[in-house]
Amino acid sequence: MATSAITHPLPAATGFAHTLSIFRKETKYEFLKLMRTKSFSLSTIGFPVMFYVLFGIANRNAFAGNVHLAKYMLGGYACFGLIGATLFGIGVGLAGELAAGWLELKRASPMPAPAYLFAKCASAVAFGLIIVSILTAIAVSFGGVSLTSTELIKMLGMTIVGSISFAGMGLLLALLVPANAAPAIVNLIYLPMSFLSGLWVPLRFMPHWLQGIAPALPTYHLSQLMLSIFGYQDSMSLITHWNALIGFTLLMLGLSWFVFHRKEQNA
Amino acid sequence: MPLSAIAYETEQIAAKAPASAPHQPIATLTNITKRYGTTVALDGLDLSLHPGEVVALLGPNGAGKSTAVKLLLGLIAPTSGTTRVFGSDPREATTRTRVGAMLQVARITETLRVREHLDLFRSYYPHPLPMAEILRIAQLQGIEDRFFGQLSGGQKQRALFALAICGNPDLIFLDEPTVGMDIEARRALWQQIRSLSAQGKTVLLTTHYLEEADALAHRIIVINKGRVISAGTPAEIKRSSGGRTIRCQTRLSREFLLTLPSVSNVTFNEGAVIVTTSEAETVIREMLLRDETLSDLEIASPALEDAFLALTRNQ
Repeated sequence: MATSAITHPLPAATGFAHTLSIFRKETKYEFLKLMRTKSFSLSTIGFPVMFYVLFGIANRNAFAGNVHLAKYMLGGYACFGLIGATLFGIGVGLAGELAAGWLELKRASPMPAPAYLFAKCASAVAFGLIIVSILTAIAVSFGGVSLTSTELIKMLGMTIVGSISFAGMGLLLALLVPANAAPAIVNLIYLPMSFLSGLWVPLRFMPHWLQGIAPALPTYHLSQLMLSIFGYQDSMSLITHWNALIGFTLLMLGLSWFVFHRKEQNA
Repeated sequence: MPLSAIAYETEQIAAKAPASAPHQPIATLTNITKRYGTTVALDGLDLSLHPGEVVALLGPNGAGKSTAVKLLLGLIAPTSGTTRVFGSDPREATTRTRVGAMLQVARITETLRVREHLDLFRSYYPHPLPMAEILRIAQLQGIEDRFFGQLSGGQKQRALFALAICGNPDLIFLDEPTVGMDIEARRALWQQIRSLSAQGKTVLLTTHYLEEADALAHRIIVINKGRVISAGTPAEIKRSSGGRTIRCQTRLSREFLLTLPSVSNVTFNEGAVIVTTSEAETVIREMLLRDETLSDLEIASPALEDAFLALTRNQ
């Protein structure tokens, strides 16, 4: 190599430990950033909690057959909360950093791109877990909901699954939507989708024709998987729900990859 | 043509320029063409950077300055031509550990402290500078625990500069580094850029402040419409647009002065004669020999701004 005279010896710290430390710091600061951004942390935690307090606790003594409505709605609002944290944290956050040129500066640095995506995803998972934990604490303390520890662990596990599967949708929205319109567009997609999948009001209380739309929505399949932990799912098989959720995740990631590469070529 | 007092200062700096000839370039753009759809951003551009150099990339808006920087950073790929940084593709991770960049960023994560931003960026590099050193160089002492959103425009620029140098890179790109800074902060940053160059680091600077290019750069590359239209030391660039001017009181006639070698123009202004020439020393020697009464002598280089305007207007 012609430039050998000024080439450093290969850095000693490029090993696994160094990479791990980048992932750790990237994640720590992404989480801190979201926590300190009040418009994000207050609304993503506050809305599901407020809705659950208003509608869930009001149904503390309501039963429909074997179904305890306050417990049923815990499953719904858990999904509502974790999806919100993921779409706003990744979708709106990434769109903003793209538009401001901040991501470009990071890409010019030696930051490994997977560390950036991992940090966004891990922070969305962390917020999802916080939201679901708060909702569960409220449900158990004030909603008369009884939950076995197995059910709690499964709920938290399903929260991680849900956050990861909606991360792809967040990514796609960030790539497609202009930053200043991102919060509004995310709301326009996320709120109707949540309502139509029965995350706010159990589907069985909705008009029949509305119930027919739900199986076309990823939010419905996630919520059915969440409710299946309590044995509250609809008649559709769990395999179908898993397939739908995995298919949705792969579709979103595939489309993101496609859009990203088309943008790269045009850049 | 306005006479410029800064000119002499500049020539001294240029004289201290590192002898770039014996070194291999550490970064090159070779015959680069970059098209966006039907728009040609760069059109057969060649550019090379040598160790220890401060190079200023000048050009009007849309000339292709940012495109050139993005190519060297590996953020975009050329339509044709080759980009080499430290002998390899700028997109390789190992190349990036030796490069630092200060880009124009509209908005930065405002809810992180200066120290936290630096802690994160330092972690990307295998051999970062110590935190205290970075804070000293970028003059961030005392504000390192503030949130980014609380900083003034000039402080934000200094924090971005700190991000560019925190990994102790050998090649540093500074895109409009002193925008929004007051004069004192700007001069302090210039001093830091000179000291980076003294340590053997290479700096590529784009700027709208011609004074900045004049004060800092060993070499200026003027580009317009994606092509290099002129390159050289600040003094050479200024000279290329018509040479230096001699102003004095003399009895010599206009007709005689015009017969001297390399004199391109002679005008009178408030009783003084102004001679434009590319070989000022020869012309003055001749004038002093012919006119013992010659007085009030001043020699000046044209301001870089005039040279720049002349160069880009001709396009």
